[in-house]
Amino acid sequence: MNSPSDVIRLEYHANFEYDYAAGKYASTFMAALRDTAMLLGTRCTNCSRVLVPPRPICGICAAPTSDWLQVGPRGTVTGCTVVEVPFIDPMTGVQRPVPYGFAFIKLSGADTNIYHFLEESRPDKVRVGMTVEAVFRETRTGSLADIVHFRTVEGVS
Amino acid sequence: MGRRTAIVAVGQTDFVSRRLDVSMPEMIREAVDRCLTSKGLDLHAVDAIVVGNMELFEGVNHPELVWVDAIGAAGRPLFKINTGGTVGASVAIMCYYLVSSGMYERVLGIGYEKQSEGESQSAITTVGDPVWERSVMAGAIGNFAVMASTYVHESKVTPEQAAKVAVKARTNACLNPHAHLKMPDITVERVVNSRVLALPLRQLDMCPTSDGACAVLVAAEDDAQRLTPKPAWIAATATAHDQQFMGDSPRRLADMRTLQTVAASVYGQAGITNPVRDLDVAEIYEPATYAELAMYENLGFCAKGQGGVLMDKGVTLLEGELPVNPSGGVLSTNAVGATALVRVAEAAMQVMGEAGEHQIPGARTALATGYGGNAWTEGLILKGDRP
Repeated sequence: MNSPSDVIRLEYHANFEYDYAAGKYASTFMAALRDTAMLLGTRCTNCSRVLVPPRPICGICAAPTSDWLQVGPRGTVTGCTVVEVPFIDPMTGVQRPVPYGFAFIKLSGADTNIYHFLEESRPDKVRVGMTVEAVFRETRTGSLADIVHFRTVEGVS
Repeated sequence: MGRRTAIVAVGQTDFVSRRLDVSMPEMIREAVDRCLTSKGLDLHAVDAIVVGNMELFEGVNHPELVWVDAIGAAGRPLFKINTGGTVGASVAIMCYYLVSSGMYERVLGIGYEKQSEGESQSAITTVGDPVWERSVMAGAIGNFAVMASTYVHESKVTPEQAAKVAVKARTNACLNPHAHLKMPDITVERVVNSRVLALPLRQLDMCPTSDGACAVLVAAEDDAQRLTPKPAWIAATATAHDQQFMGDSPRRLADMRTLQTVAASVYGQAGITNPVRDLDVAEIYEPATYAELAMYENLGFCAKGQGGVLMDKGVTLLEGELPVNPSGGVLSTNAVGATALVRVAEAAMQVMGEAGEHQIPGARTALATGYGGNAWTEGLILKGDRP
């Protein structure tokens, strides 16, 4: 058929709310983070890697984990950027202020990495290999957001 | 192995940033009609349908029900695939499984997206684990930038080498009537001076967001050759996953083990020992310039750390020894649910001799890959010669 002269558009706005159970492993981790500002991982019984986030099974070995170990709060940056493109934070529904540092961080004692924010937001001051340290909130609720960000540790490569 | 199976017809819409002139089902039907009518067929020729997209991008749950007429599924067996960025390649592989196994004779595979209709940057964060990952995500661009930084740190690839990928893609796109970003005037200098998104990624290093759809028809044995004189025979398929959390595989670009696994599998199945020599063309899922260079290494097109050098040598240019993404690739056209199926369709068009102005002369063997969340990777080898 021929195209109509008017292009009609329909707007739709939704605000879906979810309520997730964190589960046994995350609850143990989040409670330790909230109560003692301590970060924990679990060790694979086969390959001995220390996995963060902690979990019951090592995905590579399909083997159970056993010990809980403390990791961090220092870590090494294994990948990093400074995000300058505006982006709506799905947790808050508002645009996260730019620029902000964003990195993969391998916590000391861990064999995997976590994503988190960097205090540093100057592109020439973030680099792979730098040492960083978690900055914890005064009032913690039991979430990865209890870490404000990771600050650069000066004088350590 | 099952029956010898081939792609016999492909259809694409033109990809643009916003298709305001058509609804989603109207856009999908455009690709379906183009696919079937290219071989003088209609939906009566189809036994079953496989369909996929990124549902949260447009916010329609159960899209296969809502758009059932558009995809031709009323009264037919329908399979919905939902594998993120790889979905189009998964659709193609599912069509292959269904036909090669003998369960169905002719299966239509469809991938589509209208990224203009939703907020895909935010929607994509919902692929993250809700407990562990969502509070610390930075969308597809921040994620890719961190991955690329590790690759750059290890390989010493330069912004200029990455920019050459962008120039190749948007120049090739000028020869593809369906491509979205066509930039005849693009230069390395323009790319390395484009707006910073998240270093090392600049605006022209990243794929666009597009609206569009793609469809392929898959058939077997003599039926395939009755439908078209030069089918694209599916010589190999493979799929591989990585671990649960993004940080479990931090070197995802520098050391893409899923892509290495897929490459080893499809090369083995198709008898490929030297991919640059044995492949005539590749259509790979490169969401960013740096990703394409890393993929060269992990697909075995060059040694580790040599992706930038391969680009400098021009091996992957349209006139090079192994042209990569003559269509313009993902860097030129990216309607996510269609993107990986476009790779397969373009690879098929090459071995069918139907690629028009971006046809690689005499192409007989083509590689197509899909790439998506947490490094999920898929690959297919298509051949012009019946196995």
